[in-house]
Amino acid sequence: MANSDAIVGWKTITFGCHILEPGNAANFRTGDWRSQRPVVDKEKCIKCGMCWVFCPDMAYSQDEDGYFVVDLEYCKGCGICAHECPKDAITMVPEEG
Amino acid sequence: MIPEFEKFKGFKAKNLPKDEPLSSGHRACQGCGEVLALRMVMKALGKDVIVCNATGCMEIITSPYPHTAWKVPWIHIAFENAASVASGVESARKVLARKGKIPKKHVDILAVGGDGATGDIGLQFISGAMERGHDFLYVCLDNEAYMNTGVQRSGCTPYGAMTTTSPPGKKSFGQVTWKKNVPAIMVAHNIPYVATASPAYFLDLMNKVKKAALVKGPAYVHIYSPCPTGWGSAGERSIEISRLAVETKVFPLYEVIEGRYIISRKITKPKPVTEYLKGQRRFRHLDEDHIAYIQRRVDAEYEKLLRLAEMG
Amino acid sequence: MSKRVGIEVSIAISEAVGLARAEVIPAYPITPQTHIVEHLSEMVANGELDAEFVPVESEHAAMSCCCGSCAAGARTFTSSSSQGLSLMSEILYIPSTMRLPIVMVVANRALSAPISIWNDHQDIMVQRDIGWIQTFAENGQEAVDLTLHAFRVAEDRNVSLPMIVNIDGFTLSHVIEPIELPDQEEVDKFLPPFKPRYKLDPRRPITMGPVGIPEVYTEAKVAHDKAMKKAKRYILKAWNEFEEIFGRRYNPVESYRTEDAEVLLVTMGSISETAMTAVDAMRDAGQKVGLLRIRLWRPFPGQEFRKAVGKTKILAVIDRCLPPGALCGPVGAELRSLFYKIPGAPKIFSFVAGLGGRDVTVERFEEIVDKARQFAKKRPRELYEVIGVREK
Repeated sequence: MANSDAIVGWKTITFGCHILEPGNAANFRTGDWRSQRPVVDKEKCIKCGMCWVFCPDMAYSQDEDGYFVVDLEYCKGCGICAHECPKDAITMVPEEG
Repeated sequence: MIPEFEKFKGFKAKNLPKDEPLSSGHRACQGCGEVLALRMVMKALGKDVIVCNATGCMEIITSPYPHTAWKVPWIHIAFENAASVASGVESARKVLARKGKIPKKHVDILAVGGDGATGDIGLQFISGAMERGHDFLYVCLDNEAYMNTGVQRSGCTPYGAMTTTSPPGKKSFGQVTWKKNVPAIMVAHNIPYVATASPAYFLDLMNKVKKAALVKGPAYVHIYSPCPTGWGSAGERSIEISRLAVETKVFPLYEVIEGRYIISRKITKPKPVTEYLKGQRRFRHLDEDHIAYIQRRVDAEYEKLLRLAEMG
Repeated sequence: MSKRVGIEVSIAISEAVGLARAEVIPAYPITPQTHIVEHLSEMVANGELDAEFVPVESEHAAMSCCCGSCAAGARTFTSSSSQGLSLMSEILYIPSTMRLPIVMVVANRALSAPISIWNDHQDIMVQRDIGWIQTFAENGQEAVDLTLHAFRVAEDRNVSLPMIVNIDGFTLSHVIEPIELPDQEEVDKFLPPFKPRYKLDPRRPITMGPVGIPEVYTEAKVAHDKAMKKAKRYILKAWNEFEEIFGRRYNPVESYRTEDAEVLLVTMGSISETAMTAVDAMRDAGQKVGLLRIRLWRPFPGQEFRKAVGKTKILAVIDRCLPPGALCGPVGAELRSLFYKIPGAPKIFSFVAGLGGRDVTVERFEEIVDKARQFAKKRPRELYEVIGVREK
């Protein structure tokens, strides 16, 4: 978990080693962990939201049309969404490279 | 009769809270069932909560300095004492509110620990907190071993499971004892509310967590949490396995409200345990006899549960 | 107006904690601290103290509960001893680096094995490195005053470190002494309400107790160490303020008849009073002997100690614990480090006395001074000598 953000000095380290900025883990893009990513077939999608409910990384959000869209900055490619989709609308596709 | 439950309408799929008290960017493994369960717990509780977290996977993956995935106040002290820390927070806020130093508005106090932190090294601490009757809720995220330190067995490791300290070998077949029934220990403390939950049944889970928070006094929710890394299962199957655990009666869902057992989901056409065990490398070494024993025991435990529910 | 009463020291300490308006008291009983926590729970039950008394199920739970309560912003107090203090060990290192100003009174007692309920300093010496500020009381008045001082210092926003006040178990905890108990108005003037720099509150969510990855751990510990060193200034300042309000003066190191001393005894805690009697006796017999009493143990007041030694050439240091296999006891070791290679440094001889409740008498102090003089002429074979041990 080497993290260049942690390079602080004893004079500048936070008091008591507390972290004062809530939710700043969002600065860490877990998206580059994945070897496959979900692709949604909008024809099949019924906007039930199960993909959003079952994502351990909170990577889904709903767009204006009601479709659930994955944030590739954070998606780890676990495949739960594809596995749980009641309409098999999601396919896991290998990442290139 | 818990008066707070009368007014509670429950979460429905269409009115699920959109807020995420946990942020993306946490370092959980791909397909981690535990962080998914934790996410559901936090969505049920909302923003007015103080979290006391035991050492373990959830603590480690959400708080690597200088990052925190927590958008609510959170404290971690040590492995076994989440319940004691929560007792301290609860006592402090009681006094401070009484003296007018903080607003009297209610804030939920949540203690979170894994199966080891709760039922093994932390058993004394949760017992004390429950007996003293603090107004807090304890959520145990049970991934059935000491996962964070590398998959060593705990008291909650199921019969026959392979872990690094209960490995199958020439002289042993893995975990030789049956899973410790921590919810039953909590029921024995006569606390108002005890429940079990599985992330596959997310509405049930969130409603139980919310009810636990509404209780004035101590409450306990035990949540089944698949660990693909430790169980040797596919990450994508974490929810499927959470469902199979319930459908095979391996992990029954129930509530105990003021000592009365209420089964959340009666399994009338159970699937055989073999469907649950397959696809998890931790059970792959088991032979027919072991599996038959597991089936017998699962059936017997479920019968016991039905009888407890009948006692009403 | 303060009142002078004959009161058991434990009870007086509880009264001090009450005057300090402690808010959360998680406590587990252990001999000889029991009267402190019993009286506190009585005070809460009678409505004399508006606090939550949390009767936890072990000392480990007590200290864990203290961490939660202090982090949530309440003035927090507990007390323990010996085995109980050891049980808290895992947790003790945590609130100090996390800067949680918990106050604890430790009734010093020997450690098992063999199990002993009687007084020595093993229990606290084992916890030497936990990073808490630590003081030692010599008598009941000091026990009360140092307890009030502890809340003031620990919670000072420039300090924000937990603090321990050591009192000798039974020897102090269970004796009745004449003690001046300050009145509430005076204490309120000395001790303002607790205003933590950070606390657990949904209005301002923070994360306390994250993972200290290698990139940051050293800096976290150094920051703590620096805070300890910086704390001395505020410890002394608080003692000045204490004198202004209550009229009693406290220093990190106290000198007794040291002006032209050839030998200085060095003690901590209640045996200091016996040592003073011994010094008087020896002075009457014509010996040039004096006494240094260390009141502030952590952060160690090196400057003040060196100044107090002055030109004296022989120190006879008494440790009240015996770490097997160590070169000498902790106080002896600290002083040897302090004076290492300092020009004009005194010769330092270590003695161990008063283990497991064994009395350290005036005669023993005279014996120690004699031995120190002998050792100054001919170096002893061992680096320390146990006083008052029977061979057969």
